[in-house]
Amino acid sequence: MTPAPSPTARLDFRPRGFDFASFAFTGVTGLATVFILAVLAVILATVVWHGWGTFSWRFLTTGMTTAAGGANDMFNAGEAGVLPMIIGTALRVLVMTIVVVPVGVITAVYLTEYAQSTAWTTRIIRGAVNNLAGVPSIVFGLFGLGFFISFIGRGLDGGAPEPHWGKPAILWASLTLAVMTLPLVIVATEESLRAIAPGLREASLALGATKLETIWKIVLPEALPGILTGGILAVGRAGGEVAPILFTGAAYYMRDLPHSLTDQFMDLGYHVFILSTQSPDIEKTRPILFATVLALLLLTLSLNLVAVLVRARVRRRMRANQ
Amino acid sequence: MTMAVSPASPVTLNRSTPAEGAGAPLIECERINLHYGPAQALKDITLTIGERHVTAFIGPSGCGKSTFLRCFNRMNDLIDSVRITGAVKIGGQDIYGRDVDVIELRKRVGMVFQKSNPFPKSIHENVAYGLRLHGMKGRAELDAAIERSLRGAALWDEVKDRLHASALGLSGGQQQRLCIARAIAIRPEIILMDEPASALDPIATAKIEELIVELKREFTIVIVTHNMQQAARISDYTAFFYLGELIEFDRTAKMFTNPSKKQTEDYVTGRFG
Repeated sequence: MTPAPSPTARLDFRPRGFDFASFAFTGVTGLATVFILAVLAVILATVVWHGWGTFSWRFLTTGMTTAAGGANDMFNAGEAGVLPMIIGTALRVLVMTIVVVPVGVITAVYLTEYAQSTAWTTRIIRGAVNNLAGVPSIVFGLFGLGFFISFIGRGLDGGAPEPHWGKPAILWASLTLAVMTLPLVIVATEESLRAIAPGLREASLALGATKLETIWKIVLPEALPGILTGGILAVGRAGGEVAPILFTGAAYYMRDLPHSLTDQFMDLGYHVFILSTQSPDIEKTRPILFATVLALLLLTLSLNLVAVLVRARVRRRMRANQ
Repeated sequence: MTMAVSPASPVTLNRSTPAEGAGAPLIECERINLHYGPAQALKDITLTIGERHVTAFIGPSGCGKSTFLRCFNRMNDLIDSVRITGAVKIGGQDIYGRDVDVIELRKRVGMVFQKSNPFPKSIHENVAYGLRLHGMKGRAELDAAIERSLRGAALWDEVKDRLHASALGLSGGQQQRLCIARAIAIRPEIILMDEPASALDPIATAKIEELIVELKREFTIVIVTHNMQQAARISDYTAFFYLGELIEFDRTAKMFTNPSKKQTEDYVTGRFG
């Protein structure tokens, strides 16, 4: 309680001197922002500076080997190309998205619309989802190898001498990535589901809609932008990940492009690792390395861009309806 | 499932059954007790609502009138902690019985909420939603039903040129009338209204009130209101609730001029509440 002002007190609007705390805080937040931007600028500048000379349309659109050169062509600036890696990376991100979005959305729908939020089962599921988000990606790689390839793949093969399923493949790499990015989709979807006014659900139910009809026709369409945000986060996270695909599908070198989801694939991120550790001549390989990094950055960026454009389109359509 | 309106049966006279002039009893509540977890929200409520009348529930905030209203279309089912005992019969059938399909019930008992809640879709789609749920498909048939509903809700003239514009672009009063159109589109027998005009200005409120009086020719209307003048203007019967109990239920004219209970008199004259 402040004491009642005495009748003689006068309002005083004069400044009370220099406000050092505000000044310092503004300065610190500003500096932090500048620092982040500077780091980003340095990374991008380095990549472009070293990679631009090698980065070309030919580099992006050719397969990488000649009959004579074989695997060694990938260390030769004149022969190297990253088309197989671009295709492999794009493919594994695509397959992952197709898997992770439905599974994540269904889980989020269960958690927000069906599960009792106080039940111990719900709390365990929520805890598990959060823990999943904190697991290092190399652990997912090992999990993928153990679960998808050894357990499911070998199981499908049923002891055949030549494994068809039980070996690294795009499919297993994508599924491993899907498990890794599941929490992103679940959390983003849950948030958008919770943001929907409860009045909309009530209105639908009061008209005699079933819960399923309400979720399908009212709730999910409203949550669509949030769901797509989850998808964008998943694509962004998975695009550059190498550890989860190391044992589950990425190949050091392949002569041909993958023909089916059970084939291995070459991957941009993994290729960066190969170029920087396996080259017979590091100095000669460096421009290829940076050009590959540039291609990886551009691919991740364009995958994100596509997702953002889709979301913008959905939002525009929804706004036209509002 | 059948829930046909029972033929006029002899009206049992007890303290909560309106006397002469009541329509055939449509909603019969017997000893309703409702608990939210450990808290009792409704205490032993017995009351009968007649067909094609407007019945108003009044009482101070938290007296249980909205909770009671939501018993009639089982919207309370959505809250996990709710327990209900007693019987609610609509057209003679216990709606809490085992063989009752809640979907079918809600088709017969529509609801309009306090906060207007149109779907973020076009005006046309808002009304079409319920119709499609219940199996109407043909375009011409839908269009005709939508026009009829919008006319019935006194909204047609204002929106006929922008049926495909978003419902969220309508004013608050128009949105609420759209919600009424949406509710009457599926031809319920009963419309529950939970303070439908409490967020509206006096002109929009007057339109809703006119509409309610108009609608009672076809529908049985139960309305919760905080506005005593509103209850006096539009309702045939009024029930006064206080702390989860039904204090008095009678003809509106009597409730506002010559109530039997002191508490009712104090409340309707504004001495407490």
